[in-house]
Amino acid sequence: MSTASTAQASTAQAGTGPVQPASPMLTPAGQLTHWLRLFRSELRIVFLRPRNLAMFAVLAAAPIFLGIVLKINTPPAGAGGPSGPGEFIGQVAENGVFLSLLAIFVLMTLVLPLSVAVVSGDSVAGEAGLGTLRTLLTVPAGRVRLLVTKYLMIVVFCFTASALVAVTGLVMGALLFPIGPVTLLSGATVPLIDGLARLAMIVVYVAVGLSALGALGLALSTFTQHAIAVMAAILVIVMASEILDAISQVASIHPYLPTHFWLTFDALLRTPITWPDIWHGLASFAIYTVIFGAIALTRIQRANVTC
Amino acid sequence: MTLIDPTPARPAGLNRAQIDPDLAIATVGLSMRFRGGQLAVDNIDLAVPPGSVYGFLGPNGSGKTTTIRMLLGLMHPTDGTFRLLGAEAGDGLDRVLPRVGALVEGPAFYPFLSGRENLARCDAADQTADLNTTAARIDKALDQVGLLAAADKRYRVYSLGMKQRLGIAAGLLRPRDLMILDEPTNGLDPQGTREIRSLIKQIAADGTTVFVSSHLLAEVEQICSHVGVMSTGKLVFQGTMSELRSRGEPRILIRTVEVELAAKQLTRLGLADVTAEDETVSARLGEHKPEVINAELVAADIPVSGLETVRPSLEDLFVQLTGEGFNVNG
Repeated sequence: MSTASTAQASTAQAGTGPVQPASPMLTPAGQLTHWLRLFRSELRIVFLRPRNLAMFAVLAAAPIFLGIVLKINTPPAGAGGPSGPGEFIGQVAENGVFLSLLAIFVLMTLVLPLSVAVVSGDSVAGEAGLGTLRTLLTVPAGRVRLLVTKYLMIVVFCFTASALVAVTGLVMGALLFPIGPVTLLSGATVPLIDGLARLAMIVVYVAVGLSALGALGLALSTFTQHAIAVMAAILVIVMASEILDAISQVASIHPYLPTHFWLTFDALLRTPITWPDIWHGLASFAIYTVIFGAIALTRIQRANVTC
Repeated sequence: MTLIDPTPARPAGLNRAQIDPDLAIATVGLSMRFRGGQLAVDNIDLAVPPGSVYGFLGPNGSGKTTTIRMLLGLMHPTDGTFRLLGAEAGDGLDRVLPRVGALVEGPAFYPFLSGRENLARCDAADQTADLNTTAARIDKALDQVGLLAAADKRYRVYSLGMKQRLGIAAGLLRPRDLMILDEPTNGLDPQGTREIRSLIKQIAADGTTVFVSSHLLAEVEQICSHVGVMSTGKLVFQGTMSELRSRGEPRILIRTVEVELAAKQLTRLGLADVTAEDETVSARLGEHKPEVINAELVAADIPVSGLETVRPSLEDLFVQLTGEGFNVNG
């Protein structure tokens, strides 16, 4: 940088344009192009962040670890009991596809929700904590535009995380155990391709459930600049919900709990598929998403960004 | 003692319709009351002419950053209004913000990204950026602040000066009509401060209006054409640099061994605000003539070993305006 020899700027230079027209209006196509650019940038930030990569590694490691444990210490068929993870444990040795299902089932209780808590907590609160929120808003990224981008990023993350667990489980299952026609929970056996299609539906169902949790996280995230507070709050909510869901005395509130329908995906492993359970679950997720999405939208527009 | 008249009150009845739309920044009665009841910004009327380099001065905590946050739409004023580049506060702000480069309360970037990636991130958020020239614009901005060589290092390892310069580079990603720089020299060593100053000069030389805040007058006085001085949320002075200089009233300084006699004599002559120290007596000069005072002193048999008139330094004026801080006078 060479020192400019210019003296003080004079008082009233012409052409510094407060009267210039504002930025050019963009066509809808132009807006979409620019938004896609922001979205890609958002995904890069989240998916290339070292800490999130470590989280993905943990998610991928879980099915691998489960597979190895079950290979070394194979439980007999039918072991583990009639419901819960036991439904799957007993079948893993006969069909590797069940390793994928078992991994989703096990991780859905804590690790997958935790990963969503981390990403949604970071989404706004994390940016506020770093100070990058003010940088983005003064660009200006647009408050609502940024929030919508953040939520779609969370949705992509939820799908990626669920798919990562399922695919790693499937690959590990194929490596360690036989793969073949899938015996469903209802006792019928369907061709492998049918079983894989059901697995894909389960991934989608779980991802939608996690996205609803992501909306809750996003809303909390707009109230603080401490991402860790959001993560803790989400974990407390998930834990409390799961505990209440296990207490039969409060059965009347069970359908309203955020986690109640998370494991309902086993409906997809029956013939015929008990669709009402699935629709109830998806409706619950949708309601949670709408309520907390609205809270987040309201809050982001009103908030004073002080950090 | 008072060196400066209090800021004249805002003419009654001034409302948003009367804000001069040609000003780069114009505020009327802008106020921010925090939830705790504290009035962080108290009814300020800024007038930043286009093309000026406006030094926004005041001690830490005097409301500068809060004002800047309101101007950029980060915070919503609890009272008053403003125009930025002619656009009214509120929804219209997003239309003009692309023409405003901003650095608020120090640079804020992602530590795990490089300088170049961080600028790409800022540019990606810009809804009206020219997509065909992104790489070239980023390189140009990095070059302008002298960070091209360190462009691919992670922000985490940047020195404080490099971080500040990257913050300014983000403001230079596209041609701007206004740059708002909040404490760009905060925490920098003298060398870094000089670099930032010369950078601001370059930006201003291109015709960009620069609004730069600082808690140190000395850091910006060389580059500013205008100043506004904040003290506990109020704008206590606003005007050109030369207006600020001329506001300081000259004082007469007399060196003598007969301090008490000299002081009495000055009081008798009608000088105000007479103070006596070891071997120096000083007083506000007002309309009096130094040579007359000298003659009077000599006539009264007071040995005068030195006599001079001094204007208070800008630093003195600044301290006068903003208060002394903690027990400066002991």
